[in-house]
Amino acid sequence: MSDAERPIDETSSTDTNDETNLERAGGVGTAGPEEEFEPVDVFPESEEMDLRPGADDCYKCSTCDTNCPVAEVDDEFPGPKFQGPEQWRLKRQEDKDVDDSVMKCSNCMRCDSACPSSVPLSQMHNTARGEYVEEQMNKLSREYWRNRMLANYRRLAPLAAMFPRTSNFVMGLSPVRWLGEKLLGVTSEREFPDFATETFHAWWAKRGGNETSRERAKQARAERGEEGTEKRIAYFHGCYANYNTPEVAKALVRVYEHFGYEIMIPEQRCSGTPMFANGMLADARRAAETNVEELAAAIEDGADVIASCSSCSMSLRQEYPELFDIEGIDDVAENTWDAVEYLRVHEDLKTELEGTSVADVEGMEDFAYHAPCHARNQGLAGQTREVLSPIDGVDVHDVGDSCSGISGTYGWKEEHYDTSMKIGEEMFEHMETADAEAGLTECPTCSMQMGHGTGYEITHTLEVLEAALTTGSESQGRPVATDGGPDGNK
Amino acid sequence: MAIEDDVLVIGGGIAGVTAALSAADGGADVRLVTHKQSTLRSASGLIDVLGYLPASAGTTGTDEENEQKAGAGTALEGPVVDPFEAIPQLPESHPYRTVGVDTVREALAFFDEMLGDDYVGAHTDDNALVPTHGGSVKPTARYPTSTAAGLASDPRDVLLVGFETLPSLEAPLAAAHLEAAGAPFEARGVTLSFPGIVRDDAKVTRYAHLLDHDEAVPTDSGETGAREALAAAVEPHIQGESRVGFPAVLGDDHPDDVRATLEEALGVDVFEVPMGPPSLPGLRLEDRLYATLESAGVEVRSGVPVIDYETDESEGDSRRIDRVVVDRNGAKLPHRATEYVLATGGLVGKGIGSNRERVTEPIFDCHVPHATDRYDWFSEDAFGDHPFARFGVVPDDGLRPLDGDGDPEFVNLRAAGAVLGGYDYAAEKSGSGVSIATGYLAGRRAAERVAETRNADANGASENANANASDAEVTGTQ
Repeated sequence: MSDAERPIDETSSTDTNDETNLERAGGVGTAGPEEEFEPVDVFPESEEMDLRPGADDCYKCSTCDTNCPVAEVDDEFPGPKFQGPEQWRLKRQEDKDVDDSVMKCSNCMRCDSACPSSVPLSQMHNTARGEYVEEQMNKLSREYWRNRMLANYRRLAPLAAMFPRTSNFVMGLSPVRWLGEKLLGVTSEREFPDFATETFHAWWAKRGGNETSRERAKQARAERGEEGTEKRIAYFHGCYANYNTPEVAKALVRVYEHFGYEIMIPEQRCSGTPMFANGMLADARRAAETNVEELAAAIEDGADVIASCSSCSMSLRQEYPELFDIEGIDDVAENTWDAVEYLRVHEDLKTELEGTSVADVEGMEDFAYHAPCHARNQGLAGQTREVLSPIDGVDVHDVGDSCSGISGTYGWKEEHYDTSMKIGEEMFEHMETADAEAGLTECPTCSMQMGHGTGYEITHTLEVLEAALTTGSESQGRPVATDGGPDGNK
Repeated sequence: MAIEDDVLVIGGGIAGVTAALSAADGGADVRLVTHKQSTLRSASGLIDVLGYLPASAGTTGTDEENEQKAGAGTALEGPVVDPFEAIPQLPESHPYRTVGVDTVREALAFFDEMLGDDYVGAHTDDNALVPTHGGSVKPTARYPTSTAAGLASDPRDVLLVGFETLPSLEAPLAAAHLEAAGAPFEARGVTLSFPGIVRDDAKVTRYAHLLDHDEAVPTDSGETGAREALAAAVEPHIQGESRVGFPAVLGDDHPDDVRATLEEALGVDVFEVPMGPPSLPGLRLEDRLYATLESAGVEVRSGVPVIDYETDESEGDSRRIDRVVVDRNGAKLPHRATEYVLATGGLVGKGIGSNRERVTEPIFDCHVPHATDRYDWFSEDAFGDHPFARFGVVPDDGLRPLDGDGDPEFVNLRAAGAVLGGYDYAAEKSGSGVSIATGYLAGRRAAERVAETRNADANGASENANANASDAEVTGTQ
């Protein structure tokens, strides 16, 4: 809180002792609750987020603009400084609409960690985009329904998962893709990701669910000499690891059980990432209510929340508390971790990995690694290369700080496909020149883009950890499924 | 389980990066944590060492006489020709005096090696005079190769090219200003439209991207590459000048290629004029420095702040930092190191904070000297000699911040760059130089101490050796 918001003088009547006044005003130490100054009470009737401090903190240095991957390839996009603070100020006038260009923002959130003044840019963008979709976008338009469908992929996935082979076959047919583009505006350049023949949930249930995990964890702790301790996590797997890449979720389970963690799988819905990016805040809120309730309960049970997808953890950690006011939401944000980061802080991961090898494991080779924007924004950009470096048989080559360009549903839209590929060009080039023939990342859609641009097979970091740490009694070969790329011949 | 390293550098600007590289060069395992991106994107990309002397420099008169001198509008002396010669005239509290002129030289040599061919200026001790986008001339010690053909000491005539959509270089005005400033050549400016840019508010990165990738752009004679189109637009305006200056947007990843292509097409030398923020030369410098960190094996964690620290209470040593706490949306990530370097910047970079009561160093609460009455923090004259510009921590010879009694706040914390007090980098044009010199020394000292600790540990007498070494440094006998 800045001093401008702290009316110290108002609380002082006769007392001139500064320290006492300060304590009373700011509740520094001893003041009773009735005397505390509550800043939100200034506008008690307002239920909206007050974005004014964010707008006021912007001193227009434009650092955010130089970080925007969209503005670099498309000068029609006015950039994050406009979309955030400037648009917010313009909107103070009654008759001003949100500018259409807000839909060109890909929600990569790079501007957030760029800003030297901590302006909550992505919060401002998400709010403006939500308002635009709510009030200005035609609810009967193809764009609205296409976006709604993409944002709610989770709703369609269970259907496809019931008949994965049929779905994969049908979605892969070129007439279907052509129709998708013509009818819905979903680009026909990309191949839809395959649905797994067995979802993670089905596998988990078959394996005996939480009870099996508790037993395995207990056994692992005994082997590690950690009897009598409790280690428990609630795994937020997200949609993609459940329906499309259960091998990632299984890797997480095995790695965490190796360290003696009991795994709980709370009921969960979409993290909201694609909904934020499409301005579907009401949909996102509904999903958040379930997630927060379930995860807060798990935290109450002594678990920390772990996510394997960098956008899911980003959403729970940052976007939730920025956009919604739900009981327990701050608790969830504070206790949610990236899967690898958690192990780094809570286990001696480095020592554990010394002397391990993946040299004989199929599919584990040298990797071209791309740090997803949403991992980068959590301060995790260098983590994967560093963590995997003690493992024999695998070299990780960082392909630099460019954005992959797909940004979730963004690159799936017909009108954004070219922009998406232009942004990705730098990453593709660096992947091609890196001394590796396979890719590595933690984000499902970055992974799609990496495969699409290079034809490489893309692995998740947890899969490498699994290969290094576990003997693989349960493991099986990873399914080979890559997008054939823009030319379809790679 | 804390994330452990030998040296932890807090802050990712020039000072932090130099400290990290210097410590790594000294054999330490180093990690750098930075809350936000460095402010290099807002910097010109020029490496100033000392452009002007403050009024108090070299004065032996009474306070009253000095005040009169300052009041008479001669607050600054310069431009300085040879910064190394001028450094001994600085007040004793200046960081350059703390580290000494030899360290400044060593540090610059270290920096030159880091940047290789990207920067020039090492051939002489004297400052170069680089024209800026306002048409003024800046005394600087090192400058990007891309600006080299533009030096004001070069007698060749100049054509400056500005673009309608980039108003921060108003080329005819800047050219007139250069001539008025007494540049030994004729300068002319023209304003053109940039091929392929249609919007007034296109970002500088967009211009650079067009040229880097030589994207196809529409011209009167059909589509051509952006570089060719730009050369074609400029060519008819050259009237015998043998060098042409552009706003500094000539490429981000491949500036040398872009410049070479333009030079070949136009048959002249091409140079960049450093611009205000956001600045591509600053951005390129940042990229270069971070690439150097990576190849030096320094781990970088960006986007999360250090918010707190813990001392080694178990050993009753409240003057030794045991670990610092990095915050990520409420989750606390402990980082432990033998030595810590504080390079969080000054008032602008938020390494120094203030409220109405006091001026603080927010992470370790190091002592920052300042007047108790905040009306004494600034001068009435907007361009006057503001005390706030010199706010910062006060270090010992090993750059360890001192408390109010003159003792080190912590035995294993050093400070570098603008978090240090005692100098006004904006007025002196000494920002980069002080950051490089103090970063270099802080990194060196930290690495030396790490090596001592290792040896002591190897000898199985760590505690004694540690204590002795610390005492030695406290009494300034190192």
